[in-house]
Amino acid sequence: MTIDQSILTLILLVPLAGAVLIALVPDKAKLPNWIALLTALATFGLTLHLPAHFVTGQSGFQFEFTRLWIENPAINYHVGVDGLSLWLVVLVGLLGPIGVLASWNTIKTRRKIYYSLFLVQQTAMYGVFISLDLMLYYGFWELSLVPMVILIAMYGRKDGPKAALKFFLFTFIPSAPLLVAILWLYSKTGSFDFSYVQVYIASGALPATALWWAALAFVVAFAVKVPMFPLHGWLADTFNEAPVAMAMVVAGKLGLYSMLRFHAGLFPAQALALAPVLMVLALIGIIYGACLALVQRDFFRLLAFGAVSHFSLVILAIYGLTLNGWNGAVYQILNLSIVEAAMFVLLGALESRYKTSQIESFGGLAARLPRTATYFVLASLAMIGLPLLSGFIGEFVILSSTFTGVSRSAAIIAAVGIILSAAYVLWLIQRLFYGPESSMAISKTASDLSFGELAALTPLVILMLVMGVAPSLWFNTIQSAPRPPRNTSFGFTVERVATIFKVSGSSGKEAQR
Amino acid sequence: MNPVPDIYRILPEVILTLTGVAVMLIDATLPPGMSRRYLGFVAAIGATIAIWASVWQLSLPEGTGFFGTVETSNFTVFFHVLICGIVLVALLLSLDTLPQDSHHQGEFYALIVFGAVGMCLMTSAIELLLVFIALEISSISTYILAGYRKHVARGPEAALKYFLLGSFATAFLLYGIALIFGATGTTEIYKIAHAVPGAQNQILVVASLALILVGILFKVSAAPFHVWTPDVYEGAPTPVVALLSTAPKAAAFALLIRVVYEVFPTLRSLWSPLLWGVAVLSMFVGNLAALRQQNVKRMMAYSSIAHAGYLIAAFAGAPEIGIPAAAFYTAAYAAMNVGIFAIITLVSGYDENLPLIDDYRGLLYRSPFLGSMLIFFLVSLIGIPFTGGFFGKFYSFTSAVSGGAIALALIGLLNSGIAAAYYLRLVLTAAQRPESDAVVAPSSRVGVTALAALAFTAAATLMLGIVPNAVLRAAQSGAQTLQAPVPEPTANPGAATATPGQPPIQ
Repeated sequence: MTIDQSILTLILLVPLAGAVLIALVPDKAKLPNWIALLTALATFGLTLHLPAHFVTGQSGFQFEFTRLWIENPAINYHVGVDGLSLWLVVLVGLLGPIGVLASWNTIKTRRKIYYSLFLVQQTAMYGVFISLDLMLYYGFWELSLVPMVILIAMYGRKDGPKAALKFFLFTFIPSAPLLVAILWLYSKTGSFDFSYVQVYIASGALPATALWWAALAFVVAFAVKVPMFPLHGWLADTFNEAPVAMAMVVAGKLGLYSMLRFHAGLFPAQALALAPVLMVLALIGIIYGACLALVQRDFFRLLAFGAVSHFSLVILAIYGLTLNGWNGAVYQILNLSIVEAAMFVLLGALESRYKTSQIESFGGLAARLPRTATYFVLASLAMIGLPLLSGFIGEFVILSSTFTGVSRSAAIIAAVGIILSAAYVLWLIQRLFYGPESSMAISKTASDLSFGELAALTPLVILMLVMGVAPSLWFNTIQSAPRPPRNTSFGFTVERVATIFKVSGSSGKEAQR
Repeated sequence: MNPVPDIYRILPEVILTLTGVAVMLIDATLPPGMSRRYLGFVAAIGATIAIWASVWQLSLPEGTGFFGTVETSNFTVFFHVLICGIVLVALLLSLDTLPQDSHHQGEFYALIVFGAVGMCLMTSAIELLLVFIALEISSISTYILAGYRKHVARGPEAALKYFLLGSFATAFLLYGIALIFGATGTTEIYKIAHAVPGAQNQILVVASLALILVGILFKVSAAPFHVWTPDVYEGAPTPVVALLSTAPKAAAFALLIRVVYEVFPTLRSLWSPLLWGVAVLSMFVGNLAALRQQNVKRMMAYSSIAHAGYLIAAFAGAPEIGIPAAAFYTAAYAAMNVGIFAIITLVSGYDENLPLIDDYRGLLYRSPFLGSMLIFFLVSLIGIPFTGGFFGKFYSFTSAVSGGAIALALIGLLNSGIAAAYYLRLVLTAAQRPESDAVVAPSSRVGVTALAALAFTAAATLMLGIVPNAVLRAAQSGAQTLQAPVPEPTANPGAATATPGQPPIQ
């Protein structure tokens, strides 16, 4: 077995081995923390093997490995990545050590359980992104719920168990129809293999009505997980209660990736037919989330509704079903995950120091916590899409592809949402860091960002800058992702974005090819 | 080929009987003041040898013994190993948790072993009177075991309830056997199967099917014959409940498969919808009632009713593919359920100082090991992938779907959603930060044998979720050794031994 075949399996197994090791060692002197950090770093190192050896411009899956897992019905252990999932795997790898660092000082009790479950969660997320067998994928999809629910219940700020129950029921119940749909596909096609089922569906041999229901079951399960308006009820409570390292991975990428791969990818015709509905819901979500974010008093809740708005923009791009839209969507998933992670580290730092997340208690912190303020402003600017920062590229590609290829009015409404997002984010900065110092800021002395927090934030901020000026580093590989069903090209293309921001970085991989 | 000595056909039962007798004799000869704890080890060793003997039976040619009253086949071996495994774990658990000063420890271990004899015999008997005797052997032991906490009022109450209702149900079974004897003139399962289509009085046959079903469904605690379950589980000592909720059910389920599939194949249009209804009713009654329980053991009792429903659902939809699914489910359910009752025993103790769900608050903080194990087993009961519970449900619903009972699968999945709510309630309570230290801490000492019991069940649960192929193959080959239903009377009798439904694996 070559390294290219075994690399994905290693990525799955290393965090799991770390989790078992943590469960066995004594809970002394931050030993669990160190094991978790080293494991996460090692896995991150392994994930970097993927982009380094990825052959760009080649469609289909790479680093594939297949082996029979269950004999009857035949479920294969089939893993692989393509341009769509490549960077998402690396992203999970990056957020691993950052999550450990963000939890370093805030998690003081039962560290063994915390870090074990954290690493199991990592494995589950890697599994979701690399599984190419529907049952294997479903397995990891469900598994990713468990550590999350337990950790929310254990470390919730006020009412953890309630938030955990809400999160679990919201995401578990729609996954039952998803399972039935997968089983139905198996009973018709005789296989759980993604590519096989995809070809089978494309051949048109399946009854159309039933296929419709199956596609619906898939998209509802994913929409809850993203979450998408009107299924976002769990998000605010979860963001409020979950430990920082969990909150930064709970929403967004798993659901959005699944929409791309397993809804639009498996059921292109049904996705095309349902696209107008989903786009309208996405537009409502963009405006609705932004408006709710404007009126929140709690910054975690503000972040939650801001996230609903931002994720809706990605959904708009996905169901625009254009090539550029999809490229922008993948890029924006990466960007949002990084920005949200930074925001959570920063807001979590504030919350752990001042023991409150009420915005009105804060004010004028910039003078007392200059480093926090600087990093926060940087992350916020990336979030609202300032040019030369990562958010701009994704939003720009999405909006322009929507405008030219899908619907001008949709693009205009989405742009309004972006303006609103600038409003609530900048207002948040103003209320937290500027203005007169609040009584709490005066009475409580708090230290600025610790070494661990800086170590977590600095790579994220550097990435925001690099992703803002050198998107071609990523677009080169993203472009070998599968093509959307409405595969049209217009005057404006990603290549032109890439030329505008052309830097030398991309040439290395070209030469390798 | 030399004929196999009859004694080999019942070797595990013989070993278990000898073990039980030995335990009782040693108990009687030991001086009164001496600890009887080591008798448990004797019983455990006996159960281990019985497992080995069951596996050894695979090397025998399939066939019957004792004038066609018992048989050995892959099917019987599967259930023998399962039942003896459960008994072994229950013994290990009791070794650590039974109070040292309790009276009649020797009898306790002997009764468990004698119960196992009955359960094993239930799965291998192919003569209805022997089935009845086996059922009585297992029932009488469990009646006594259920009332073992004599100093608590609930103990004898549980035993009495179980005994009265159980005897009533057994009487139904006996009436059923009498009627079918009246209709066909025989009590041998395979002969009945051939005689049923030509029976003069079909009403007698139908009545007999109904009566036998009542008796068996009582034992698997399927609704509407479930009312005894919560009270008995609450009153019986927890290690006994670990046994009671799994081993007799596995045996009764094997019997159910035999009776409906081998004895009454021609009445399929009758029992298939009946079982369908029982499955749906059990799932709803069990899950909805469990939602409202405050006592952990009562909650698990209702959960076991719901699980009986899932089990029957696997079988009701499509018997041919449902039998391996149901057999696998029995194994997965046994592993996780025994595991969870082991945890309950260790947390609340033999005397149950902490019986309520609220008493589990902060278990994960107070005792990370027990807390994590509790959550692990509950996660499996919810049916999260990579645990045995997932594949159990997966196969159960897959067989329902491929048998055309999509409605049954959907109802089942809806029910796993409901079930998730109450399992999760316990998970979340255990994960919650404790409010104060006022809650009594569980005894942190977990003995070696209890640890072995936990390790055994956890490993089995994990194995069934990650590498289930071996057990699945065993379940499938077991299902294939069941005699095929008799085809239409006009068909060639030689076809009767052909494998039903599915193609052979090899």
